[in-house]
Amino acid sequence: MKYSYYPGCTLKTKAKELSDYAVAAAKVLGVELEEIKDWQCCGGVYSTSKDEIASKLSSVRALAQARDEGHDLMTLCSACHNVIKRVNEDMRGDENFRTKANNYMAPDMEYHGEANVVHYLEMLRDVVGFDEIKKKVVNPLTGRKIGAYYGCLLLRPGKVMEFDDPENPQILEDFIRAIGATPVLFEQRNECCGGYMTLNDKELAQKRSTAVVDSAVRNEADCLITACPLCRYNLEVNSETKLPVIYFTELLAEALGIKEVK
Amino acid sequence: MSLNTKIDTETIERISGVNTRKCMKCGKCSATCPAFHEMDFHPHQFVAMVEKGDIEPLMKSKSIWNCLTCFACVQRCPRDVEPAKLVEAIRQAVIRQAGENHLKAEQIPEMLDSELPQQAIVSAFRKYKK
Ligand code: SF4
Ligand code: SF4
Repeated sequence: MKYSYYPGCTLKTKAKELSDYAVAAAKVLGVELEEIKDWQCCGGVYSTSKDEIASKLSSVRALAQARDEGHDLMTLCSACHNVIKRVNEDMRGDENFRTKANNYMAPDMEYHGEANVVHYLEMLRDVVGFDEIKKKVVNPLTGRKIGAYYGCLLLRPGKVMEFDDPENPQILEDFIRAIGATPVLFEQRNECCGGYMTLNDKELAQKRSTAVVDSAVRNEADCLITACPLCRYNLEVNSETKLPVIYFTELLAEALGIKEVK
Repeated sequence: MSLNTKIDTETIERISGVNTRKCMKCGKCSATCPAFHEMDFHPHQFVAMVEKGDIEPLMKSKSIWNCLTCFACVQRCPRDVEPAKLVEAIRQAVIRQAGENHLKAEQIPEMLDSELPQQAIVSAFRKYKK
């Protein structure tokens, strides 16, 4: 199985390990991630305004490129996933947006939302399967109590993202079980970490991230996993309560026994 | 240049795609909003005030900058009104005007620390700067 892979700006810089472990683990699972040529930054947040066109074109370009390469587009960062999936939905369902976007870009072949946007976790669940992953685990993380932090962007809005039950998700808990560890549920797992607020109102970002980590600590998690570099930053740097925060792909690589050889 | 606040209900409803008349005033959006205490006007007030055409106070509010775009109010509104879309439309009605950027590139260097991901900066620029 092969995907057109969209890493995004942060996975090429501050969060390189999120991507490197993902690519290496995918190989072990028989999945190839081929980076999209000349991708551009998704912008980090999707604007719901119907007259906001130009800021969504980088997503359209990546989507059209995946379509041309004949693959689904794979994302890993939660923010890229949210932006690109929602723009793809607009290209499918919003005729005014689709016409304007195609007019702007004047591509050889118009894009109409043909590519599917697949998050790495969806690939693990729906294509490889957690049972299959379990069989490939050589180093089960037995005894580790892990809190899955979903945040906002993978789940909401549920009717577009269709990732999991937006109020009671379980994909990351199933992932944690597949690698031999124990999932810990906590109330704040799908509430906001503070996001970009760290650059506007630091106190609000600190309040939000501390609430998330406190909730995980109360439920006796010994670490948190995330798919988002900004969530990781908030939970690690802005939270006043400290708990290790790890990318889920790092644990996957560890369980598959390839952490050292990435 | 001063902020032009002559924007009507119809324009904000068109840009946001929100129909404010669907709201049943249950207050669930504000109850679930994680930035509630840092806002001067709350999500349910955005809906009511846009419906009445009382948009100027919203354009001058702290709320348009403190909304986290977490989509909790969008997900949890029982009537599919989706208040965050109003917050976004009004925020854009402000930053699209000359001289109304809320965050300037020159402010960034002093905010940087060695861990801050690029994603934070691009997202903040999308929200706060034209
Ligand atoms: S999207 Fe904004 S207004 Fe809505 S719940 Fe989140 S912070 Fe509050
Ligand atoms: S949750 Fe929806 S219906 Fe209830 S007050 Fe908010 S916008 Fe209105």
